Amino acid sequence: MIELHRLTRTFVVGESEVRALREVSLTIGDGEYLAIMGPSGSGKSTLLHLLGLLDRPTSGSFRLDGVEVATLDERERARIRREKVGFVFQFFHLVPRMTAAQNVELPLVLAGVPPADRRRRVAAALEGFGIADRADHRPDELSGGQRQRVAIARATLHRPTLLLADEPTGNLDRATGAEVIEILEHLCDAGLTLIVVTHDPEVGARARRILRLVDGSVVEDRLTGTA
Amino acid sequence: MSLLDTLRFTLATVAGQRLRAGLTLLAMAIGVAAVVVLTALGEGARRFVIDEFAALGTHLLIVLPGRSETVGAAPPLLAETPRDLTLDDAMALLQSPHVSRIAPISLGAAEVSFGARSREVTIVGTTAEFLEIRHLHVGLGQFLPPGRSRVASSVAVIGPKVREEMFGMASPLGEWIRVGDRRFRVVGTLGSGGESIGLDLDELVLIPVVAAQALFDTSSLFRVMVEADSRLAVPLARADIRRILRQRHDGEDDVTVIAQDAVLSTFDRVVRALTLGVAGIAGISLFVAGILVMNVMLISVAERTAEIGLLKALGSPPRQILSLFLWEAALLSLAGAVVGLAIGQLGVAILSRIYPALPFRTPTWAIGSAIGTALVCGLAFGVLPARRAAQLDPVIALAGR
Repeated sequence: MIELHRLTRTFVVGESEVRALREVSLTIGDGEYLAIMGPSGSGKSTLLHLLGLLDRPTSGSFRLDGVEVATLDERERARIRREKVGFVFQFFHLVPRMTAAQNVELPLVLAGVPPADRRRRVAAALEGFGIADRADHRPDELSGGQRQRVAIARATLHRPTLLLADEPTGNLDRATGAEVIEILEHLCDAGLTLIVVTHDPEVGARARRILRLVDGSVVEDRLTGTA
Repeated sequence: MSLLDTLRFTLATVAGQRLRAGLTLLAMAIGVAAVVVLTALGEGARRFVIDEFAALGTHLLIVLPGRSETVGAAPPLLAETPRDLTLDDAMALLQSPHVSRIAPISLGAAEVSFGARSREVTIVGTTAEFLEIRHLHVGLGQFLPPGRSRVASSVAVIGPKVREEMFGMASPLGEWIRVGDRRFRVVGTLGSGGESIGLDLDELVLIPVVAAQALFDTSSLFRVMVEADSRLAVPLARADIRRILRQRHDGEDDVTVIAQDAVLSTFDRVVRALTLGVAGIAGISLFVAGILVMNVMLISVAERTAEIGLLKALGSPPRQILSLFLWEAALLSLAGAVVGLAIGQLGVAILSRIYPALPFRTPTWAIGSAIGTALVCGLAFGVLPARRAAQLDPVIALAGR
C-alpha cells in the first residue's frame, strides 16, 4: 500500500528552482496496475524515483506499507529497496562484463543469499523468462528483448512487492515491447504492484489505472476498465 | 554480501580494466621491489661488518692507556699525563679468573731492510698469544715463541707482502733482517689474512714485545688485547681489568677498556640507520604508487557511475559500495606488493650472484613494512574515490551523469 500526501519535489538549477512535482496526493493499493503518463518534463520519472526510494521528496509524506519512508536514513531506504522494490529501466542497466545469469544473480549476491540457493533461483528465473539458453551470454550478445527479460528477471528474483518500470518498451520494437508488457502484466496478475512510466498511449491503455501528469501536477487519475 | 562474493565481484572488476590495473600494479611492484632490494643491500653490508668483527672474537676486550670518561674534577688542574700502560700491568691482568689470554701490543714504524732492499713497515711488538687472539694463521715456519713474554729474543714474523718484497720467491726462514738499528732472524711468515680492521696484516713485521719496546725506547704499551673466558664473562673481565689496574696505578682510573661489543653495536647502529634511510627513500615510491591507485580508482568510479546507480537501485547500502571499492584498491595494492616482492627477491638473488661475499638478505621487517605501506597507501588513496562512489545520488548515477 502506497500513500502519498502532498508530495513535492523541487530541484535547484543554478539560481532558479524547478518544481518537478507539486503536492501530489495519491493512494496505490497492493496488486494495482498503474500507468503514469504525460509529456516530457511532466514529472513522471521524478515520481517513479520517489516511489522507488531512489530520491527524497522536498516536502510531503510517503508511507509505504504504513511506514513513513521519506525521512528514513539511507541504510534503511537501501534495505527497503532490497526487500520490496524491483526496477526495470528503459536502457536495461545490465552490467556489461557479467553474463545474463550473473546479472540476474546480482541482487541476491548483494543481499548475501548463499550460493547454492542463488543458483537454484537464478536457473528457475531464467527458465521462467525463456532465456535459459542465453544464461552464459554477455549483454552485448543478447537482443533488446532478451536484455529486458534479463532485467525483469533481475528485478523480480528477490520477490519484491512493488515493480517500477521506467519506459520498459522505449528501446524495443513494437512486437518485442508487447511481449515485455505481457510479461510484466503476468507478474502483476500474480500479485505484484506494477507501476509503468510511459508515453506510449498503447502501453498506457493496457493498465487498469492511468495517472496523467502535467507540469508536476496530477491532471487525470482514472480507471480504464481494463480487466 | 559475503567476503567471497565481494572478492569475486572485485576481481571481475579489476580483470575488466586490465591495462590500467596492470600499470598501477607495476608501479606498486616497483616500489616494493625497491624497498626489498635496497634493504637487502644495507642488511648485507651490516652482516658483512658484523661477521668481520665476529672473526676477531666476540669476547675480546681492548685496554688503552688514558681515560676517556670525564670525571668531575676541579677545572684548572687537568694537565695530568696518563700513566703508562706497562708490560707488568698487562701481565697482572692474568690474575683475573675471567681472563683467558692477553696479548700486549707495542706499535711503531721502522725501516726494515734485507740486503739492498728496504722499506718502512709497521712493527707490532707482541707475544705468542696474539696469534690466537686475532685468529691469525702462520704461513711458513712458526709464530713468536710462546712463554717468553719478557725475553727480547731477536726473532721476527713477517707479513706476506713484506716477504714478497724482501725475498721474492726465496724462503725467508732463518734469514736475518734489519729492523731499525737491530737485527732479527725471520722464524715465520703470516698467512695472507687479508685486512683485519685497522691493520693491514700483509704489511706487518711482528717481533717480541720487549724487543719492540727497546726498539722504540718506551716502556709503555700501545694497547693490551684481552680475551675473556666467554662472551658472558666480558663484563666480569672488564670489571676485573679496571680493578687490577686501579690498584696498580695508585687508585687512579686511567685506562680505557673497550669491549668488541661496543664497537660492534656502534657499527650496527650506523649501518642500520643507513638502511632505514634508504628504505624510507624507496618508500616514497610506494606513496607515489598510492596516488596512482587513487587515479585508477577515480577513473573506475567515473566510468562505472551507471553501475553504481544500479547497485543502489538494487538495494546496496552506501557502506557496501564503499567496501567494494576499498577492496578493489586493496586488491590492486596487494597484488602489486606480491609481484614487487617476487621481483625484489629475484633482484637480491642476482646481487648475491654478482657479490657472493656479501650476505644479502632482506630483513623480515622490511618485507612486512613494504607490504604494509603498499596496502595502507593503496587503501588510504582508495578512500576518496570509494567515498565518492558511495555518496553518488542514485538518480543521477543511473542517468550515467
